Amino acid sequence: MTAQAPAPVEERRQPARRPPVPSWLRRLAAANEAWTFGVLALLVAFFTAARPSTFLTRYDITQIATNAAIYLVLGVGMTYVIIVAGIDLSVGSVLVLSAVLSAEYTIHHGGAKSGWGTIAVSTLIALATGLVWGALQGWLVAKAKVPPLIVTLGGFGAALGAAQIITGGQDPAGAVSGRLQRTIGFGKLFGQIPWLVVIAFGATLVFGLILAFTRFGRHTYAIGSNPEAARRVGVDVDAHLIKVYALVGLLSGLGSVMWLAYFGTTSIAGHSTDNLKVITAVVLGGASLFGGRGSVLGTVIGVFIPAVLSTGLIIMGVQQYWQDVAIGVVLVAAVYLDQLRRRGRDHG
Amino acid sequence: MAQPLLEARRLTKRFGHVRALQDADFTAYPGEVVALIGDNGAGKSSLVKTLSGTIRPDAGQILVDGSPVELSGPLDARRHGIETVYQDLALAPDLDAAANLHLGRELYRGGLLGRLGVLDHAAMRRSAVTAFAELGVDLQDVGAPVATLSGGQRQSVAVARAVAFANRIIFMDEPTAALGVLQRGRVLDTVRRVRDRGICVVLISHNMPEVLSVADRVEVLRLGRRVARFTAADTTVEELVGAMTGALDAEEAGGAIEGDGTAGAPDADAPRKDGAA
Repeated sequence: MTAQAPAPVEERRQPARRPPVPSWLRRLAAANEAWTFGVLALLVAFFTAARPSTFLTRYDITQIATNAAIYLVLGVGMTYVIIVAGIDLSVGSVLVLSAVLSAEYTIHHGGAKSGWGTIAVSTLIALATGLVWGALQGWLVAKAKVPPLIVTLGGFGAALGAAQIITGGQDPAGAVSGRLQRTIGFGKLFGQIPWLVVIAFGATLVFGLILAFTRFGRHTYAIGSNPEAARRVGVDVDAHLIKVYALVGLLSGLGSVMWLAYFGTTSIAGHSTDNLKVITAVVLGGASLFGGRGSVLGTVIGVFIPAVLSTGLIIMGVQQYWQDVAIGVVLVAAVYLDQLRRRGRDHG
Repeated sequence: MAQPLLEARRLTKRFGHVRALQDADFTAYPGEVVALIGDNGAGKSSLVKTLSGTIRPDAGQILVDGSPVELSGPLDARRHGIETVYQDLALAPDLDAAANLHLGRELYRGGLLGRLGVLDHAAMRRSAVTAFAELGVDLQDVGAPVATLSGGQRQSVAVARAVAFANRIIFMDEPTAALGVLQRGRVLDTVRRVRDRGICVVLISHNMPEVLSVADRVEVLRLGRRVARFTAADTTVEELVGAMTGALDAEEAGGAIEGDGTAGAPDADAPRKDGAA
């Protein structure tokens, strides 16, 4: 729909007469991140109170951050896609395909004992695979006008199928250079922060800043908010959509490199629910599936809610399958609260 | 004054079997408010879309300041100083007023950051505040998403965007259709104020009394072509409605305006007598 409001609009109270609350405070309260962050803080407080000696030790924090790193990278891309009112169901499969193609190169160029040259090339292969696959999906969405749900559902199946054809369905041995695993997978920056976490936060920071402060980010919101308006002011909507889907593909490729480095295997069968986990995180972070709203900061919080929940439940000795139940409830509750808030805002 | 600011000559546009425009003419002079009226389906929107670069005509010519131009998109029209306030406003509801004002025309930070595409939010806010103040628009917070604004305020944002960048001509497609009485008056005041700055305003409207109160001239479209032109001061609602519906003979109405000459350039228009085609 367009920006045109329905007829009864004039009867609304003019929001101009607001109580004298400072504008930064109002914006903070209205920000999606503030609410989601509240949920995260509550969870942390609860688990800390329940198990003061064991929860949130340094080991815990490192572990939570490492487990969340790959989902964070995928989530950053997904944030862009959801803000342009799209969706990408293919992230997990694209990750697998990227991993498999880079593994194939590694296997034929030194395998587990291969050096930095092979690592560099296989990394480039992984990134390029994701980028090209994503751009192709973007092209289908933008130019061929196939709904993103269908394009990426097709992509989800096709990428996984392609990976299985290449490998015969088995995770190949010697898929990763041991050197990559020792440095990036288990290594730590200054012996403190795992490299996976550093990479994830680097990518998050860069693309978070781009989304918040640059023209590319501004146009991302505009297209999700009202694509026709964006087109009329001269934004190349089609090209922008292709770039956004290429970005999420590229980040899936990056995720595959991180996965290989950490787990040392392609895990072909292990990524069928990545898409749902990542979409959950992005929506928990306040992004609207109708487009136009969302932020990378929100996604960061949204990724850490399940991570904290699962660690906390394990420490409390609760069967960890409860995590899925809890996440489901939290997700629906978060979106419901968000709807309430928006109704209040738009009709206040 | 003699030279038309914008002129359309014999524009034709077909959508399948439907002829939206058939040899449609249109003329706008500097510093006037010209109303474009016509019944539903008369081709008003098609004409506006053609002149603002959104659709391309199958045949015909568009002249800006007397020289023919090719408008291959809204950006082309904007480069010629032509802005449009669309009926649906074309705002992004999730972005704030300042962002909407500068959408597609963002301001950048200086130096390296600017070259990386980093926006200057503060400068855009300042320029938005100035633009709204100039129009006398009461907008407390240019940082609030447009979705939180009232209908009248949204309208103001769309108008302010056009006014801030237009230096020749603004098309306003039914700018008062969704508004209450008070906001309607405010938009019409804005129209007058914009005209007084020397910018031509083309007002598309269904509301005849409104047209007569604000417009200097009226051009009437029927069945995809211009059938009559009036000087607003010398005409009545009955005459306008007659020309719109065809009850009034086109030749006669055309003659009425051709005679008075106050609207500008009889010599420029002489070769093309209205309703002749």
